[in-house]
Amino acid sequence: MAKQKLNEQNFEKATKEYQPKPPYLMNMLKAFIVGGIICVLGELLSEMYIHWFDFKEENAGNPTVATLIFFSALATGLGVYDRLGQFAGAGSAVPVTGFANSVTSAALEHKSEGFVLGVATNLFKLAGSVIVFGVVSAYLLGILRYVCTQLF
Amino acid sequence: MGKTGKQSWTYNNPVYIQSSGTAVGPLESQGPLKDTFDRMYDKLHCDEDNWELAERRLMFDAVHTCLQKAGVDERNIDLFLAGDLLNQNVTGNYVARQLGIPLLGMFGACSTSMETLATGAALVEAGYAAHALVAVSSHNATAERQFRYPTEYGGQKPKTATFTVTGSGAALISKEPSPVRIEGATIGRVMDYHIKDPFDMGSAMAPAAWDTIKTHLQDFARVPSDYDVIATGDLSAVGTPILRDLMKQDNIDISMVHKDCGLMIYHSDQPVFSGGSGCACSAVVTYGKLLNDLKDGVYKRILVVATGALMSPMMIQQKESIPGIAHAVVLTSEEDAQ
Repeated sequence: MAKQKLNEQNFEKATKEYQPKPPYLMNMLKAFIVGGIICVLGELLSEMYIHWFDFKEENAGNPTVATLIFFSALATGLGVYDRLGQFAGAGSAVPVTGFANSVTSAALEHKSEGFVLGVATNLFKLAGSVIVFGVVSAYLLGILRYVCTQLF
Repeated sequence: MGKTGKQSWTYNNPVYIQSSGTAVGPLESQGPLKDTFDRMYDKLHCDEDNWELAERRLMFDAVHTCLQKAGVDERNIDLFLAGDLLNQNVTGNYVARQLGIPLLGMFGACSTSMETLATGAALVEAGYAAHALVAVSSHNATAERQFRYPTEYGGQKPKTATFTVTGSGAALISKEPSPVRIEGATIGRVMDYHIKDPFDMGSAMAPAAWDTIKTHLQDFARVPSDYDVIATGDLSAVGTPILRDLMKQDNIDISMVHKDCGLMIYHSDQPVFSGGSGCACSAVVTYGKLLNDLKDGVYKRILVVATGALMSPMMIQQKESIPGIAHAVVLTSEEDAQ
């Protein structure tokens, strides 16, 4: 018997061999491709806003992000984004579209509890922690930068 | 004496499942057991405005079908034992509000199906009720939103995850001789072997199933081959081999008779990860397919072991592990009845 005897002490470790291994390499590849495609899409949008509309390279990011967020929210509402997420994993979770999905899905989910206590209260249920850590780390880095520039 | 051995009950005065009713959602309606369900919905919303109402609709349908088949009016039901997975057992409570039958709300996570059946049978056997109605429900979207993430959230789930069955099963228990008799039950202990991954409930529940089955066989002095089927609730593709190996370690081989409702309810190519779970999983399989087979005499005696992961998202966040529980009920085919 290759398998070790299961008991309460070793159960968590010993059951690992019963659980299908996550296909790490395949997952990474899918994430890379889908995440990459989303980024290429962003690049194209940004080029479009620069060439066809009167945006500069410095501010073309704003309409680009807004457009990506719009399409992500739309895909969430149509019930497509969660399927993409299951396929792509981090590839669709890390870009700004993933953030938009977490906000939109929470809004959709809590619509049944009303607009104030349902949608508004739960809107940042998943994204809230991202905002908190984003703001806090930006603040800390900002201070660090200020101190460094004053000293040197 | 009804008490048998350490944790088991024998219903000495025969009690029967007089009728049953099931209602399921879209994915279950496309599964291999589609012909055994009474009511099927092709949309997860079940023509309702929100997920909770959809789940309630399913339980209503199961209850009404069950009563209709038995030809018993709800006013003649003495007790309603109901449970689901939602906070405060809302589905059971709100269905009971409409039914007007005295309610005992029960919670045992996905083991509630057999918890209600065993308790209902005991109360009928002891004479506290002539007709007891038991029902459980679960809904994929209500469970997702309560235990995991919003339904449309694009998070990736591992293959060990299970898929909550959308559906509800109800059964009517009485002493009126019927083709399926409830012979006995074994009430499970809470078992916790320190699994902390909420996306791997099969592993978390396997020790509970093992403990209950082992105790059951000891209490009744039986061997696995005394049963045509030992059906576990929702161990899925991950928990099933763990249970079989745990039993093997005690020199009990159940692999010949063991089936898992979570694997029976879906085709292997359906997008359900490692299989079905939820209160409704064991309920709709038992009150549909398994009862049919008992009635048809395909099976003479079966053991349904409903497994429950007593999982709370808050406890998981507090780094607690997931306790499991399993309740078993013996059902026999009564050919000479009726």
